Amino acid sequence: MSDQDTEGTPETGSRPVRVFLVDDHALFRTGVRAELDHAADTVRVVGEAGSVDEAVAGIAHYRPDVVLLDVHMPDGGGAEVLRRVRPNQPEVVFLALSVSDAAEDVIAVIRAGARGYVTKTISGRELAEAVCRVAEGDAVFSPRLAGFVLDAFADRPGAAPIRDPELDLLTPRERDVLRLLARGYAYKEIASELFISVKTVETHVSSVLRKTQLSNRYELSRWASDRRLV
Amino acid sequence: MSARAPGCDDASVDVEVDSATTEERREVTMPETMRWPGAGRPADEQAVGLARPPLVRRRSGRVVGGVSSGVAEHLGVPVLWVRAVFAALAALGGAGVVAYGLLWITMAPEPADAPQREESSTERMQGIGLAVLGAGLAIAAGSLTGSIGRWVIGPLGAVLVGTAVVWREADEAQRRRWLGSARSGVAGALLGGGGVSAVVRVLGGVGLVVTGIAMFLLSRVDLGAMQAAVVSVLATLVGVAVLTVPWWLRLVRDLNEERRARIRTEERAEIAAHLHDSVLQTLALIQKQPDVPREVLRLARGQERQLRAWLYGPSGYGRRGGDADGGAAGGPSGNLADAVATACGEVEDTFAIKVQQVVVGDCELDERLVALVHAAREAVVNAAKHAGVGEVSVYAEVEPERVQVYVRDRGKGFDPEAVPEDRHGLADSIRGRMERHGGAVRLRTAPGEGTEVQLEMPRSRNGTKNAAKEARA
Repeated sequence: MSDQDTEGTPETGSRPVRVFLVDDHALFRTGVRAELDHAADTVRVVGEAGSVDEAVAGIAHYRPDVVLLDVHMPDGGGAEVLRRVRPNQPEVVFLALSVSDAAEDVIAVIRAGARGYVTKTISGRELAEAVCRVAEGDAVFSPRLAGFVLDAFADRPGAAPIRDPELDLLTPRERDVLRLLARGYAYKEIASELFISVKTVETHVSSVLRKTQLSNRYELSRWASDRRLV
Repeated sequence: MSARAPGCDDASVDVEVDSATTEERREVTMPETMRWPGAGRPADEQAVGLARPPLVRRRSGRVVGGVSSGVAEHLGVPVLWVRAVFAALAALGGAGVVAYGLLWITMAPEPADAPQREESSTERMQGIGLAVLGAGLAIAAGSLTGSIGRWVIGPLGAVLVGTAVVWREADEAQRRRWLGSARSGVAGALLGGGGVSAVVRVLGGVGLVVTGIAMFLLSRVDLGAMQAAVVSVLATLVGVAVLTVPWWLRLVRDLNEERRARIRTEERAEIAAHLHDSVLQTLALIQKQPDVPREVLRLARGQERQLRAWLYGPSGYGRRGGDADGGAAGGPSGNLADAVATACGEVEDTFAIKVQQVVVGDCELDERLVALVHAAREAVVNAAKHAGVGEVSVYAEVEPERVQVYVRDRGKGFDPEAVPEDRHGLADSIRGRMERHGGAVRLRTAPGEGTEVQLEMPRSRNGTKNAAKEARA
């Protein structure tokens, strides 16, 4: 575990985002820590944990801004950490980080309350960016997560009837933003492609995240229930 | 004293064990030498032993228990002879019947997957006739010679027939269990998932046996003693049933446990075999060439894709079981998502780049979509060759009227006007291919800004091949 000194170096005017790592592979934690150290002025790792219990205790102790959460761990995995931490510390933001690209895993942690999902092959710079973004309250969608959500909200013949249009449908604009995300566009590129501001892109993505977490669309609840998380 | 005593004991035990093992060894070797009496003619013996099929009860073409046909098969004689011998022996005080029953108990049934053998209907009629004749002879001989009293004949016949029916049903149950269709538990062990008819047959057999015994008792015992006897027998049976409950439960549990353990072992073996064949091999290859980063990357990506395909299905991520295109899975030419995943994987392997592919929706491949996938593959290859970056994004979306594919890189881009005329990659492989099938290509690129190839192909109206040409959606 790293030192408990919470004061960041005030070079950039704001303190770095304090990150807590949860992953059952020590090797992987070391790698992420080393990569985030390159972005030390914006992101700082304050602690790490290798199991669900350690994670719950560590998050309560260090009170990090962002938790980087592995999806697959013994004893319930990332979703179990989310379930146990969120009632007590709703201010902590979770960013799921996993090698799994299965829809069940991705959708399950999002619905359990994670603010975003990135895969473990992401570069250190992109990871630091994603951490800062969720720390500011935005959502982070990997292209594949965007694809899953588009899939889940697609209008297919024979789909279950829409119960709550507010939650069960995407607006055309949200769909456009998701398509570009799935095509691998960065937020800035999406903004210039759609002639909107980056802030508006972020608003759309956050709105999609909320719908993904709360909607009862069949695909979403099926994927999540495959991991018994609803 | 107490500390030393075990040592002394051990020594004596050791000696005993030694003598026991040598004795055992002697015992083990003895029968072997008996089985192979002459060292001079082992080849002969072996040839005969191999040519002779094992002594098992036959399932196909049996009349009662399959003993006769099994014996005939083993001895290599016509089955009619064996049946006739049993029938004849039955006349000698029922010896044939007893011998048949003993063989039925001791001979193993043939495996469930043994080949079915044909038997003509005349052969079958002869068999049934001889079985009836044998039973009749046994009864007649018994009553004539007076070796069994007349009063026994009826009950004995009923008991024999009932027993044969139940035993036969037990054989069937075992076969079904072997074939894996049986439920577990006591009911499963007894009936083997045979359904109502099996229950009826077993109950019928039991009824016959009970009737036979009852007839015997009724004819010999006066009614007053009879009641007491029935009550005491019933009480004993209930007692035995209650006492053996734990044993039955354990039997059921053991059966289930054993099945679970077997499944676990098989799964484990499969996983181990797979990991050994793929992951360990790749890791070994990577260790051999740590100073060739490009090759290491290529190996790692290829292995990752293979493992993902194994874990999550061909497209590398979640199975799309609930898709609206329900029948798509069994299509002969495969699905779009799988085809895109395969194409991207091939390019990843060939050019050591990362191809991030996302597919929304899925549908069955047809001629047009195959062309679309080929064009997309060509676009990825172009990006891999010319963009100078390590990652290409592929996004495919299936809509009701069309399928769109975007291939995008953040590489150096180019000026489409400045491409020399003799470069055919984009012109022929992509644009030509798409336009021949009614699709369209758009290109967005500029020097320094990466390249995006947008491919669009209208879908055939009903998804079948060679549908009538339709207007562009």
